[in-house]
Amino acid sequence: MSVLVFLDQAEGHVKKSSFEAASYAAKIAEQTGTEAVGIVLGEIKDDLQSLGKYGIKKIYHAADAQLNQFDDEIYTALIADMVKSSGSNVVVLSNNFNGKAIAPRLSVRLKSGLISGAVGLPDTSNGFKVKKSVFSGKAFANVEIKTDIKIITLNANAFKVTEGSGTATIENITTQIPRRKVTVREVNVVKGEVPLAEAELVVSGGRGLKGPENWGIVTDLAKALGAATACSRPVSDSGWRPHHEHVGQTGLTIAPNMYFAIGISGAIQHLAGVNRSKTIVVINKDPEAPFFKAADYGIVGDAFEVVPKITEAVKKLKGQK
Amino acid sequence: MISCRLSTNYFFSFLILSIFANLKSDVMKILVCISKTPDTTAKISFTDNDTKFNESGVQFIINPYDEWYALVRAIELKEKDPSTIIHLVHVGPAENDAIIRKALALGGDEAFRINSHPGDDYYVAGQIANLAKEQHYDLIFTGKETIDYNGSSVGGMIAELLELPYISLSTKFELNGNTATITREIEGGEEVDEAALPVVVSCQKGMAEQRIPNMRGIMSARTKPLKVIEPVAIDPLTSISSFELPAPKQGVKLIPADNPEELVRLLHEEAKVF
Repeated sequence: MSVLVFLDQAEGHVKKSSFEAASYAAKIAEQTGTEAVGIVLGEIKDDLQSLGKYGIKKIYHAADAQLNQFDDEIYTALIADMVKSSGSNVVVLSNNFNGKAIAPRLSVRLKSGLISGAVGLPDTSNGFKVKKSVFSGKAFANVEIKTDIKIITLNANAFKVTEGSGTATIENITTQIPRRKVTVREVNVVKGEVPLAEAELVVSGGRGLKGPENWGIVTDLAKALGAATACSRPVSDSGWRPHHEHVGQTGLTIAPNMYFAIGISGAIQHLAGVNRSKTIVVINKDPEAPFFKAADYGIVGDAFEVVPKITEAVKKLKGQK
Repeated sequence: MISCRLSTNYFFSFLILSIFANLKSDVMKILVCISKTPDTTAKISFTDNDTKFNESGVQFIINPYDEWYALVRAIELKEKDPSTIIHLVHVGPAENDAIIRKALALGGDEAFRINSHPGDDYYVAGQIANLAKEQHYDLIFTGKETIDYNGSSVGGMIAELLELPYISLSTKFELNGNTATITREIEGGEEVDEAALPVVVSCQKGMAEQRIPNMRGIMSARTKPLKVIEPVAIDPLTSISSFELPAPKQGVKLIPADNPEELVRLLHEEAKVF
């Protein structure tokens, strides 16, 4: 018995969302009196042993260059084999883009129940139940898995990373790699920016900013805070900002520690994408903007005057020039 | 001798014809999976000791991802190649026929309703995969997730059940003969993939633009075939035991516009977000 966590990588670096998944897996192992082990696919530039600080005892590493590029079918096959050979009864993945592609396949292949988008630890007092986000963040469901093996995907920023002093042992594995049916032609990632889906702090702008030429106040604040930038639907529909920055019902759903909304009225479809954020800050000149009802902090005022002052105050506090 | 040559000629012309038939390939067949969800603005509450979604006063719609992106992209492909056949599939009881007719009003040639309450994602995927095994689709489109249970799993499960490639969270889909070029979203960007049909694709924003059904579509939807199929026996792997609503917000703390420094102090010292 063990808890197996899939540690996702991009360009040789383990993703931040995997640290959360590792901490979560370690906590489940502690709760159920077993061990947390990890699996890494592809060549890695990081020191994998150090991932032991999240509570992972052992990491199985298939360092084959053919695995550097994600493939949901191949990854599923290798993870499923590892579940069997390591005798794992719980499998944890991040509910990120890759996790959403692998977990359903894994569920079918292992004929084991899947809970996607977990927001808390399992309740094992009576069966095996996990709380997950439903109705686009407007509610939670407690879902029971009835099979022996349980598969869970963890929502981003839903579980705090805990760091200890452990070191993981690494076991290199060689495996038969199935034929790749999907060819990756291009990967286009904006470099040097915090990926929005994983960001802890997000600064977002809406129609109230009037045009793309005014986006400087959003990016300046984001830079001062070390935050990712996002936008509302009308903004990405008008082409002011790229599609991947669109958060809301039809865009990305995020749950950062802070969502800082500038000039966004807060339509219910927008809230559906951000309402799980821990702290919501709203800057809007309309005191009737519905977003204030969902916010923790707010300023009723002109964003063009207020936001640069906030940026200055953040810089001063952080000792930036 | 003559008859022999004749038959050889016949043989060759038959061969050439069949090669042509193969080159042109069979008719493209697309399956679009349709789910029913509460309207995006619906009030979310629960009944029966928080074990059931409270449907009273709730308006139901086609899951937006299924409608706006999966279905409309399939319709666009048919507009490009009118020989394309589009099937819709829905797992649900008879009362959901209205939702299926709404989808047929946008487009699609015929629909299947698998007559059952959708258990979990595994159950739904199993039912759809079972239909797909009989119908041999070139393309299976789903929405990226339903806006009620946010599982985002049915597409991947169908792909695994049918041993097909799966491109998740796709924003673009182009077809060139038997090869699909598909763009999927990844952290902070996108990936362009290529795969030979058949494939399963989950669709999101970027794939197509939302359409409003016209009168002709609504009229023709009434007479399009809607076949009811009985479900196959599949045991769901999960079940929902209860629902809960998030704790209500404390209420917004408003800071005067002339003192933004106070907001920064509160975020730093009280909310401790940075």
